[in-house]
Amino acid sequence: MIAFIKRYEGLWLFFHSPAAMIAAVVAVLIILGAIFAPWLALVNPYDLASFSLFDGLLPPVWEEGSNPKYLLGTDDQGRDMISSILYGARLSLVIGLSALTIAAVLGVGLGLAAGYYGGRFDAIVMRIADIQLALPAILTALLIDGIARGILPAAVQQDVRVAVLTLAIALSLWVNFARTARASTFVQMNKEYVQAAIMMGQRPSRVMFVHILPNILGPLLVIMTVDLASAILLEATLSFLGIGLPADSPSLGTLIRIGMQFLLSGEWWILWIPTLFLVALVVSINILGDFLRDVFNPRLR
Amino acid sequence: MLTIKDLSVKFPSRFGDFTAIEDVDMTIKPGEIHGLVGESGAGKSTVGAAVIGLLSSPGYIANGELSLGNTNLRTLTPDQAHDIRGDRISMIFQDPQTSLNPLMTIEDQLIETIQAHSDVSYADALKRAVDLLEEIGIKDAARRIKAYPHQFSGGMRQRVVIALAICTDPELIIADEPTTALDVAVQSQVLDLIRRLAKDRQIAFMLITHDIGVIAQIADRVTVMRKGRVMETGETAQVLGAPEHPYTRALMDAVPPLDHRIKRFRVPDEDGKGPVTGNAAEKWLLEGQQHALTGLTLTDICMRFRGPRTSLWRKPEPFVALNDVSLEVRPGSILGLVGESGSGKSTLAKAITGLITPSSGIMKLGDDILPDGKARGRKHPSRQLIQMVFQDPYSSLNSRHRIRDILTEPLWFYGFVPDAREREKLAAAMLELVGMQPDAIDKYPHQFSGGQRQRIAVARALLARPRFLICDEPTSALDVSIQAEILNLLKDLQAMFGLTILFISHNLAVVRQMADDTAVLRNGRIEEIGSTDSVFERPSADYTQNLLALTPVLPKAWQSTAVAG
Repeated sequence: MIAFIKRYEGLWLFFHSPAAMIAAVVAVLIILGAIFAPWLALVNPYDLASFSLFDGLLPPVWEEGSNPKYLLGTDDQGRDMISSILYGARLSLVIGLSALTIAAVLGVGLGLAAGYYGGRFDAIVMRIADIQLALPAILTALLIDGIARGILPAAVQQDVRVAVLTLAIALSLWVNFARTARASTFVQMNKEYVQAAIMMGQRPSRVMFVHILPNILGPLLVIMTVDLASAILLEATLSFLGIGLPADSPSLGTLIRIGMQFLLSGEWWILWIPTLFLVALVVSINILGDFLRDVFNPRLR
Repeated sequence: MLTIKDLSVKFPSRFGDFTAIEDVDMTIKPGEIHGLVGESGAGKSTVGAAVIGLLSSPGYIANGELSLGNTNLRTLTPDQAHDIRGDRISMIFQDPQTSLNPLMTIEDQLIETIQAHSDVSYADALKRAVDLLEEIGIKDAARRIKAYPHQFSGGMRQRVVIALAICTDPELIIADEPTTALDVAVQSQVLDLIRRLAKDRQIAFMLITHDIGVIAQIADRVTVMRKGRVMETGETAQVLGAPEHPYTRALMDAVPPLDHRIKRFRVPDEDGKGPVTGNAAEKWLLEGQQHALTGLTLTDICMRFRGPRTSLWRKPEPFVALNDVSLEVRPGSILGLVGESGSGKSTLAKAITGLITPSSGIMKLGDDILPDGKARGRKHPSRQLIQMVFQDPYSSLNSRHRIRDILTEPLWFYGFVPDAREREKLAAAMLELVGMQPDAIDKYPHQFSGGQRQRIAVARALLARPRFLICDEPTSALDVSIQAEILNLLKDLQAMFGLTILFISHNLAVVRQMADDTAVLRNGRIEEIGSTDSVFERPSADYTQNLLALTPVLPKAWQSTAVAG
């Protein structure tokens, strides 16, 4: 019975938490929309031939002068807002997820090793992490952007924008993973099963990844969801500030930046719709993260 | 006088109500020390919590009467209950480390409590607090009262907790495992204090403990609980001396005696059923015994850790954990290593297993020098020959691995059995050998009780084909009846396979039952070493004599009549 409760505890809590359920539905809908954007979207915002300037600046259907073809209206180029948002979310999610993966691999690896070896290695890794924390993500992005511009030929620079952005975001997120992994590893190092493995003479890599890692996954999973939201926001911020993606391949942040120009000119939807969409995505992911934290930390329940 | 009648406490859960205690009856007269014994999960602490009105949510009293003197404790409003708590009923918790506020001086904590319950001036409260500390045996109380909890030793802290409990002249004190976290010498002082308070101040004590020795020493009456129900209640001498209920009898059988050695503990469900013999795991272990019996010799082992830095320029004084420890574990024998917490027992075990590097000294396994800690390679043969059974079965098995993975790991790691299916068969047979069902192999550690997990830990150690086994407090996290089973198991396995065992424990009685030789460790030094009989019957060191005299024992007449050896 106890085992049964333990195993399905998370599910039970999920179905008794309206906030978590709504958040999950929103997040899943958005992610599905992003994945199937090429089939769902009316126009391809990257393809200039698929939309027309004559359809520009149409308001959403419930406003006067709208075209029922474009449910949420169009921007000044005549791009369907829904299509732009779906493609933009697609790009935002791809960048967010890849940055998160890089950050998790780097951070967990370094954090585990720091916790396992301790001493000087730990001190060096953690000081690097401190330095990283002192640099704002924008500065890191500018730095990497600058380096990329310096060493890469101009021709490929546009193509590596996504990679540069991803790397910049990953670099500003790995510290969270490293700190959490290190602290949890310290706790596990005092557990007797780890001592037993070390005593047998098992390789450090086996002790770390086969024995310790599965036992610290809980807190890392929580960090992962919360940081996914941060990664998406960070991408939006960087794009909004113009360090991220250019206007011809818009992510959510770029869409918001474009919309800024219309803020005071009456075409409110160009700014507000992508913004609300971003807020919905980030808030729902954060709620899911908080929910996971509660599941893994019974003391907070 | 506390009266409990037909008390039931329930905890509602998603799957219906869970009954924590049911139909508990008990009365405690003023000045009476009433022992409440039982194993973990028996509901002892729930009784205490129900009386003081601090049942953890969502628990509630479903049924029964609960009264202190003429006050019905069940019909109190929260405010009234709050006034009674601390004033008429006080509580002493297990761990003095956490039951005092580390940021407040003793003075502040005592005066806060006194003023909360009676309208006195600060000066009067202070005087009362100082008198109280003097009374419970804290010397120079007027000065010491200004100190913070961390400036007191563990025993002193528990005295302060007791002072806090009695400073409002309560009628009843609930003491939940008040001496479990303390060493033997301190325990006996605290027990003396409790007895004196009961007598002089006519305070009724509800003494909740799992330690039957403690009950035997100070309780006037005793109630034995199991699974939320009262099994037996009455005068201590009668309940423990001539138990009527089979459960009480089994409990008494499982208590290891200090003054003689018994061959095996009598365990209820194990009667006549010795260890499984002739199974595949046993054959496999026996055929691996090409090595002769292997002993261990330690010569002048010292272990110094860097101490706390007191000045930026001066080198910190080293902290000496082990000081010239020399001992020999004879091949095929069990050496018991006893000592209080902080005496260096576990440090010694870690040095032998190579987890830490001693500062100096020579270790020899059989005739071969055992390289120190870091110098011992991952492939060194001692990594297989020396195995360890840890104290805490909840943390010694990786909770994310199945029993199969845990048990087959040594088999492939040391290259004993190349075939995966063979490994699994052998692991299952080993489970049988240690008294478990072979189908346990598919489960995860959390699906087992502490005792079962310890059996799995023993199986894992055996699957490395060790010649030398270190048992570091293997039963101190277990209930006494489970302890008896595990000790029986270790004895059987030692006899079957001629293992050499270093048995580390703080429990003298357990060591008496297990060890051929005994070494007494104190502050990193060996105080005494010799054959177990001579150490226990004719101790030469003052420290050992003291330790033996202070350990609570059952009067001879009450001891179990189990097979004497």
